[in-house]
Amino acid sequence: MTSRYIAEYEKTADLLPGQSLAWLKTLRAEAFNCFSDQGFPSLREEEWRYTNVSAIEKKLFAPSLDLSEAVFDQALLTENQLEGALTIVLINGRFSKQHSSLEGLDKDILVLSMADALEQKPELLERYLSKAVSNEEHSFVVFNTAWFSDGLFVHIPAKKVVDQPIQLLHVVTETECLASTRNVLIAEEMAEVNVIETFVGVDDNYLTASVTEVFVEKNASLSLYKVQSEGEKAYHFGGTYVKQARDSRFNHHNFAFGGLLARNDVHTDLDIASECDLNGLYLGNKRQHIDNHTRINHLKPHAISNELYKGVLNQRARGVFQGMVYVAEDAQKTDSAMNNRNLLLSNDAEADTKPQLEIYADDVKCAHGVTVGQLDEKSIFYLQARCIDEETARNMLTFAFANEMVDKVKLKVLKVILLKNLLQVFPQSGIDSEWL
Amino acid sequence: MLKIENLHVSVGDKPILKGLNLEINAGEVHAIMGPNGAGKSTLSHVLSGKPGYNITEGKVTYMGQDLLDMDPEIRAREGVFLAFQYPVEIPGVSNIYMLKAALNSIRKHHGLDEVDAMDFLTMVKDKIKLLEMDEKFLYRAVNEGFSGGEKKRNEILQAAILEPKMCILDETDSGLDIDALKVVAEGVNSLRSTERSFLMITHYQRLLDYIKPDIVHVLADGQIVKSGGPELALELEAKGYQWVEGQAA
Repeated sequence: MTSRYIAEYEKTADLLPGQSLAWLKTLRAEAFNCFSDQGFPSLREEEWRYTNVSAIEKKLFAPSLDLSEAVFDQALLTENQLEGALTIVLINGRFSKQHSSLEGLDKDILVLSMADALEQKPELLERYLSKAVSNEEHSFVVFNTAWFSDGLFVHIPAKKVVDQPIQLLHVVTETECLASTRNVLIAEEMAEVNVIETFVGVDDNYLTASVTEVFVEKNASLSLYKVQSEGEKAYHFGGTYVKQARDSRFNHHNFAFGGLLARNDVHTDLDIASECDLNGLYLGNKRQHIDNHTRINHLKPHAISNELYKGVLNQRARGVFQGMVYVAEDAQKTDSAMNNRNLLLSNDAEADTKPQLEIYADDVKCAHGVTVGQLDEKSIFYLQARCIDEETARNMLTFAFANEMVDKVKLKVLKVILLKNLLQVFPQSGIDSEWL
Repeated sequence: MLKIENLHVSVGDKPILKGLNLEINAGEVHAIMGPNGAGKSTLSHVLSGKPGYNITEGKVTYMGQDLLDMDPEIRAREGVFLAFQYPVEIPGVSNIYMLKAALNSIRKHHGLDEVDAMDFLTMVKDKIKLLEMDEKFLYRAVNEGFSGGEKKRNEILQAAILEPKMCILDETDSGLDIDALKVVAEGVNSLRSTERSFLMITHYQRLLDYIKPDIVHVLADGQIVKSGGPELALELEAKGYQWVEGQAA
């Protein structure tokens, strides 16, 4: 079946950035053809068997053509903008200079909107864009490549340690809006940087389709935080694709709080002795559906990967975790641990979890573990025996379960926002704010 | 302070306690000894309100109130404290946070304001010295990664801070080496007062060398079969539990 999005493409194609660049035009055309053949993924595909995205096809979200400044609740910005950060704000998928803040930007580093970067640094982008993820990945990626209207571009030169966090604040203010954005983050040799992606929007139907490509060069460190607090009726696809050179470090903290249907992919390729930490927390209420897919490719020896995804699912929410650790024949001395822990707060909540190991080397350490459970009754009674009523005990234990992931976040300004999110999602009665 | 009359308790269809009687007055220290399976832990669980037990007969009066009618947290706030045989590990909840939440629950229950944060910390740091524990324990998750001895000390620390009226110590000595036992016993002894009573449940007589009870009871097959002074514990140690089990039959 041909996707209805195909016929709409012409309307927006001319407005997309970088159309004067031949290589990009080719790239987009290839992606567009690919999408024309495939359409959006179906439940028949193993990687999508738990997540039905047919509503996205039905709703036919459209890119915002109105380039004038959107009118919206400024709290979306003020409550989510990180203090002291360099912030690129995208509104309905396009850079908003007015709301962005690049004060204190070091002249050696590049923090640009994708559209500006394509104008100013096309040769740099040609080397990186679409190099961490291919058209074969899946059709959301090709959809993004064909449709992306803007994004964030960050380039940190060698040996540069950037203290100021860099934030992408992705805001959707229009109903039925399609915001397709593409980000490229590059940390050159021995550079260090923290990047935060924040996704927020109105409590109405819209689609975010975001792809982030990350390049962590030799011995560099890049920490990427994703805070998905989309509006409660939103559809969200977010893919993060990482190439790690030898001795590099990549830390990912993936928080999924919002959206009606959210899918999140994180893939990383590990070179010799590189290291990655993938941390995830997904909180589901009502009928939220949150799907996480991770893939860690140990391609060379001595690399280390640590993964912990935790889910708390309430009411009729459904959480999915599919994690793959792949160890190539050449990747001896791989050290890998993958864990997924789910807490179900209601009888109607569901967790589908599928850790996978594919190992072709013979001298490796690969651990994996999965749990799906409820609050521990023994712990509840213990707290009751310590004077704490049952409801508060349940709230404390739920909060404690989720807070483990927030605690791993080193950036204080971000932690404050995460805790606020956490307390909004789950009942907080009896939780002492001083504890935070 | 605590009066247990003709208490019958079953788990499922299986009777565990079969008409237990016991009266503890303010300031008294009672020890209950007995073989495994006699119903010792069931008694401590029923008194603290743990779910999963059917009380088929009898009553328990605490400070003139029907204890069995209260929720576990109300019992605790009214001053009934259970030191667990197997303290639970609670990842993500720090000791200090739980202690503060507990103390404030008690204060609220009695119509008092929340404790001042600084006063609380000073008080806790004072009491933690008593149990020879490092202050860093306060900021660690409740019992997580604690050794057996540390867990038991932590239970007594909680008692010291919450200042209960009726302390039930469930096998507090099990799994402790002699040095740890001495510290725990010292902690317990420092809490003894004319206002506070203790019910020590133990399998081993050794504990009673360090915490001198006023009265020793022997529990066998769901009933108290013998009561006496501290010398009863020694007799029991010498003759073994078969001696009282023979008497119960």
